[in-house]
Amino acid sequence: MSQAHEHAADHGSVKSYLTGFVLAVILTAIPFWMVMSGNFTKQATVIGIFGFAVVQIIVHLKYFLHLNFTKEGKLNSFSFLFTAMIIVMLVGLSVWIISTADALMLR
Amino acid sequence: MSTYVEHAHDAHDDHEHHDSGSQTVLGFWFYLMTDCILFATAFAAYAVLYRNVATGVSGKEIFELPYVMGETAALLLSSITYGFAMIAGYKGNKSAVLGWLAVTFACGAVFIGMEVNEFHHLIAEGHGPNVSAFLSSFFGLVGLHGLHVTAGLLWMAVMMFEVAKTGLTGRAMTRLSCLSLFWHFLDIVWICVFTVVYLKGAM
Repeated sequence: MSQAHEHAADHGSVKSYLTGFVLAVILTAIPFWMVMSGNFTKQATVIGIFGFAVVQIIVHLKYFLHLNFTKEGKLNSFSFLFTAMIIVMLVGLSVWIISTADALMLR
Repeated sequence: MSTYVEHAHDAHDDHEHHDSGSQTVLGFWFYLMTDCILFATAFAAYAVLYRNVATGVSGKEIFELPYVMGETAALLLSSITYGFAMIAGYKGNKSAVLGWLAVTFACGAVFIGMEVNEFHHLIAEGHGPNVSAFLSSFFGLVGLHGLHVTAGLLWMAVMMFEVAKTGLTGRAMTRLSCLSLFWHFLDIVWICVFTVVYLKGAM
């Protein structure tokens, strides 16, 4: 029984899921509103939507995927951080290389 | 000597705790990390190709943000209802698990239905994936996510059948935990999709 309880604590409660859900709704609504209202400059909107996306991803990782840095959970968290680094390199370098090539071709 | 014994005992406890179930879930997490990289390649392709609209339409002309908001709501709702299914699962409440899984399945099906409808409209209006590099990469990326969600729905249907038939066994809970990771992971990918593709494209 106590083990079942421990597991439940590991895997989130109704309250933590609801917290995550409310935060996710807010963090989705703001970027949609920013783009749809058109109240902001293009640069501010781009920074805004990407910023809110990053924050929302962290919210999902914490409240829905329960990533943490305890002894039990840190292997999951570090493997995610490693993957995130690979993704940043993969996407960032691809965009950099191709946009530089485009610029050279059009010169 | 006593410390050695204690240590050995600890190690044994550890071993008991890391049963094959949690090893399976960890292994599934590693698979998801490689799946992340698969998605990253699709995002990279989209990011370098989205300006190349050839003679076709650009994102601004075809994206309807209120519709995308509806899709996002369906998927986000399915994320929390799956969470409730897992909580019910840890409490050993079989009928609640089946109920929440059914709600989650319905939300996921709404999402897929909306996406298929969107694709159908685009293709019917002559904006199919063969028109431009932009549309190819758009259909490739969004379709890849849609295929994952479809696979998740299939898996969920199988799990509902298994839980209904054999109850909340350890094996069923391990599988539900893996599906939980998969389902929440797909919601995270969707955040990237609506930001990079729809919001950025509609600006």
